[in-house]
Amino acid sequence: MTAISHSAELLHKKLKTVIVPDSGWQSVNIQELWRFRGLLYFLVWRDIKVRYKQTVLGAAWALLQPLMIMLVFTVFLGVMAKVPAANDPVFVYAGVLSWTLFATAMTNASTSLINSERLITKVYFPRLAIPLSAVGSAVLDFFVASLLLVSMMIWRGVLPGVGILMAPVVFGLIVVAAAGMGTWLSALTAAYRDFRYVVPFLMQFWLFATPVVYSRPPSDASFWLQTLIAINPMSGLIGSFRAAMLNEPIPWRLLGIAASTVAVLFVAGCFYFRRVEDTFADVL
Amino acid sequence: MTHSAISVENLGKRYRIQHGTAGYRTLRETLVEAAQAPIRMLRTSSVSARQQDFWALREVNLEVRAGEVIGLIGRNGAGKSTLLKILSRITKPTTGRATLNGRVGSLLEVGTGFHPELTGRENIYLNGAILGMSKHEISRKFDEIVDFAEVSQFLETPVKRYSSGMYVRLAFAVAAHLEPEILLVDEVLAVGDAAFQRKCLGKMGQVARQGRTVVVVSHNMAMVQNLCGRTVLIDQGTVKAVGPTRQVVEIYLREVGALAQTRLNDRTDRTGAAEVICTAIEILDGNGQPAPSSMSGSPLIARIHYESKLPRVFRNSRISLSVHKYDQVYFLMSTELVDSTELTLRRRGYMDFIVPELPLSVGEYSLHSFIESNGVVQDWVIGAAQLSVVDGDFYGTGRNYPAGWEGRGVLVRHSWRHVDGQPELQSILEA
Repeated sequence: MTAISHSAELLHKKLKTVIVPDSGWQSVNIQELWRFRGLLYFLVWRDIKVRYKQTVLGAAWALLQPLMIMLVFTVFLGVMAKVPAANDPVFVYAGVLSWTLFATAMTNASTSLINSERLITKVYFPRLAIPLSAVGSAVLDFFVASLLLVSMMIWRGVLPGVGILMAPVVFGLIVVAAAGMGTWLSALTAAYRDFRYVVPFLMQFWLFATPVVYSRPPSDASFWLQTLIAINPMSGLIGSFRAAMLNEPIPWRLLGIAASTVAVLFVAGCFYFRRVEDTFADVL
Repeated sequence: MTHSAISVENLGKRYRIQHGTAGYRTLRETLVEAAQAPIRMLRTSSVSARQQDFWALREVNLEVRAGEVIGLIGRNGAGKSTLLKILSRITKPTTGRATLNGRVGSLLEVGTGFHPELTGRENIYLNGAILGMSKHEISRKFDEIVDFAEVSQFLETPVKRYSSGMYVRLAFAVAAHLEPEILLVDEVLAVGDAAFQRKCLGKMGQVARQGRTVVVVSHNMAMVQNLCGRTVLIDQGTVKAVGPTRQVVEIYLREVGALAQTRLNDRTDRTGAAEVICTAIEILDGNGQPAPSSMSGSPLIARIHYESKLPRVFRNSRISLSVHKYDQVYFLMSTELVDSTELTLRRRGYMDFIVPELPLSVGEYSLHSFIESNGVVQDWVIGAAQLSVVDGDFYGTGRNYPAGWEGRGVLVRHSWRHVDGQPELQSILEA
């Protein structure tokens, strides 16, 4: 809000706030969230600033994490266990990179509320800003780590095709998926601290259930296995991201299913968050 | 400018206390919990934790006019802060409604969101954004904030290297430059040194003169009287009195006095870690006999009983007792002032403060008890006991003080010497 628009607002009408008891399910107040976009920006900025000040390597951590995972997977799964395609570092890194974006964003978001207890019990702002800002700093890490993917593609001579136009869309869907799961889990973690232990386990489980280091399962796989893979939105998203970057055919059907699952996840996550939002100050 | 800035109707807040688990849960969560009973069962063996309702606020009605500075007073735990939290939208009411006309800024704590690793400059922006200022607004007031906080040389220093005084000054400075139409403040002025407190008070008065509405929660009666035209007294979650500050403060002080009647052990309006607490205060005469009232000039023993539920030893302890009237301290007795031997408290015991001659004139006085151990405030009760003083022959002349001096000030033993004739000035003014 600039000073001019602020005074204009004063001239037109006084800001009126009505405080009433919980009114049950309510949708996200986008207008209010927009008014607090400055806070969202500063929260992301704080997370990044603090991390860079506290760590010696700073920005390098965003690169090192996916890089190390990629090396481990390529050596152990690709070279030693002979998992098809896992011996191609570019293939593995593209998968690991997009998975890291999702996993980091979601994990950060899930603990964001309980880590912001002081803030929540002392100031009012749309609480959704907290898990969303946690997603924001993971997005920045992703951009840093993408530089390595680009370098690797140049080194290996992998040229992207028109499919790369889909990369931003898939990236957006991964962020929305992480935000949806993250808001959901952050609210649950605030109410039930058990979820702090559930989330890391969930992430491990989810990583193995997602074709991050292996390709899609053979098309002759059983119907149940196919369904299971389709239900997991991450299999469609990671596969599509890799395909878009590395000029491979995009699995449109899986991507479509993933997009609808993600939309449902996100809307449901936001609604649940809004439903319990008012109690955060009391339970934290 | 007579329209209402804040209108509170029938406001109530219920907390559901569960025995056996920490914190509060609302009814709705309890329902969610029922659905997730299997998960919870892993953690706590008794799923049906006993619940108990506690109304922190009940049927509160209040009208605050625009441009008014209003005080909220009451004992610890009376519900003042809960009301402020509801008005700042941090927590939702259980019943009723509140309407606020205008941009609201709340200051429930100084330095909310300050990050120790960030520099002064960075924290100004961060804290400003958290308090609801836009980036542009903060930039515009940046220099003013830095000037007010007197930290210009340390702008690029992480605040973890700041002294606590600097930290508080910076934090308050950001908040003080917030320009809401309605400002909700909770006891923030209790921090910082006296000079800075005066500066903050000045700033708040200035805010008030600009026609903004201010709601202040405070225990500091002098500040409330100085700042607020009207004051609300909250007691056990309800509005006990609203009116001109002077009258309401008097009612409050009378009540604090009357409270001393209830057993100190059962009082909940106390502050501190409460690992060791003051359980009773006895007023005894010089022979150690209970005295319903004490006499000016006579010996008095104030016996403070303490007890701890922990099998712990409290080293480096300090017990104090201060004597107040009309919220003004008359005198203080404290263990470390008169004896530097280390005081160690164990399970239970008592501390006698022995006053050879009581320097108070007729009236009712309020005693505040205080226990501290290793720098940690253990227990602090305002109005822990009442001291009733009757006139005695303090000066041994059968005369007391001039009319109108009853209960005012302390009595000091003194003598005089008279020289007749040509005065010889001893002072430097001679020249």
